[in-house]
Amino acid sequence: MSMRIVHIASNTFREAVRDRVLYNLIAFALLMSGAAILVGQISIDIERLVVINLGLTAVSLFGLVIAIFIGIGLVSKEIDKRTLYTVLSRPVRRWEFIVGKFLGLAGTLVVNTVCMAIGVFAALLYVSHHFQKADGWLLVALYFIILQFLIITALALLFSSFSSPLLSAVFAFALFVIGCFAEDLRGFAGMTQGITRWLATGTAYLVPNFSALNVISSVAHQQPVSGQLIVYNTAYALIYAAMALSGAVLVFERRNLK
Amino acid sequence: MKSSARITAIASIVLVVCMMSTVLLLRKLDQLRTGSTVEEVLYISSPTVLKRISLGYGGLLADVYWTRAVQYFGSKHHNGAQHYELLAPLLEITTRLDPQLLVAYEYGANFLAPKPPDGAGMPRRAIELAEYGIRNNPNEWKLYYQLGFIHYMELRDYAAAADAFARGSGVPNAHPWLKLMAAQMAEHAGDIQTARMLWTTMYQSTQDRSIRANAAAHLRALQVDEDVLVLERLVNIYRGKTGRLPESFSTLQAASLLRGNPADPLGHPYRLTPDGHVVVRNPDALPFIKKGMPPGYVPPVAPKLLPSD
Repeated sequence: MSMRIVHIASNTFREAVRDRVLYNLIAFALLMSGAAILVGQISIDIERLVVINLGLTAVSLFGLVIAIFIGIGLVSKEIDKRTLYTVLSRPVRRWEFIVGKFLGLAGTLVVNTVCMAIGVFAALLYVSHHFQKADGWLLVALYFIILQFLIITALALLFSSFSSPLLSAVFAFALFVIGCFAEDLRGFAGMTQGITRWLATGTAYLVPNFSALNVISSVAHQQPVSGQLIVYNTAYALIYAAMALSGAVLVFERRNLK
Repeated sequence: MKSSARITAIASIVLVVCMMSTVLLLRKLDQLRTGSTVEEVLYISSPTVLKRISLGYGGLLADVYWTRAVQYFGSKHHNGAQHYELLAPLLEITTRLDPQLLVAYEYGANFLAPKPPDGAGMPRRAIELAEYGIRNNPNEWKLYYQLGFIHYMELRDYAAAADAFARGSGVPNAHPWLKLMAAQMAEHAGDIQTARMLWTTMYQSTQDRSIRANAAAHLRALQVDEDVLVLERLVNIYRGKTGRLPESFSTLQAASLLRGNPADPLGHPYRLTPDGHVVVRNPDALPFIKKGMPPGYVPPVAPKLLPSD
């Protein structure tokens, strides 16, 4: 990997930390400790389930918000501050800038997720007093959440390469919601006829499929995740992120920055 | 004091005072508008719609709805309510959102099936819930047990109960008593022993204190019913022999019909009334008894359960 990409990525990471992105960990810690202590008093027999469901959902949603709101500003902020011109006046190619930004934000999200995962496991230990072998599947759910972040970060970058931050945020969030309904969309396509069927099927396959990447409920019930699903989800997320990133590079390469 | 420090101090005081005032005012407003703030309402009653809008985070939403169901039942039960309109929809939403949430079937059926004020008095809905649970978790023997229990206790449908126990006994790692209970249903469905066996299994198979306390109370009630039956039979035997009613249990002891002073499961001696009936001394501590209630006794709206031993 080009050292230039590494430098851009590490700078993006540093910038995110300086922007106090990791402050969300405080809110997360409060949420987890509150849930771990309170749920046992207001519900019956679901302390462990709540810690897992709430913990992994919070990891996913917190990360999603960071991915969208930081991702949409990665390019536009550099243009607004005119720091992009300084960067591009050096021997840095535009695609390296995009890839570096992507890797920097992805790195931030991975660090954030790891910290939150430690919090989830600590809360789990608090309510269960011991770990079970099946708790290892939580790591797979966390891995899938990171894969979701890769896709959404790449999409946020793609939108931010040609649109305003506000519209980029709307597009990225809308695509996330649509992606959660991807399987329904395919079912809907199957019920239509003619050109509508082609269009609906095409759209259903084009939007990211986030439902396959969400195994929170099943790991909460200690159900195993198949190796095949891990492999296919990994390949799908990486290829989809690469596709969105390529789109971002294509747009950014042709963008008039004058 | 510097100007900026003074402003900080004043602003802090104003902030705290305003915060406290808003809380006090809200409390006052709540008093003025009693009942208007907490309404029992299900804004979205369709489980399918809720599952869709959960965006894949249905597990967490199911936990929220389960907690809501527990809180709803708990507060209503505490107040001795006779109607639990939202309980069945809340449980259905919970289990549709997370069909593997076993706790919702196990406890939910216990909330739904018994007659008010012990439950919602909806045994049919409880059966539907248990059947849905079995369809989604066919290897959980407790769900078959729960189903048979409702058929037996609430509907007195012994054939359906036997069928549920028999189905459950075929599940891997099923409690060995299921097979026994299926057989018991066929021959001795209405016996106190059968009911005792069911409540004992309930007591032993749950970790929840409230369910254990409920099972323990039912076991004590069954013991009282059986004791009263036996003691009143002895009273009748004495009357048959002497032509008069015994004055006390000592009379029965003197006639060699009874050994020792009989006491209820909590250790309080039974009382023999002048008309030959046997009653308990502290009926409030023995909810669910069908026999041995003092004349004119009115049970409390919400039964008082003792700790589960």
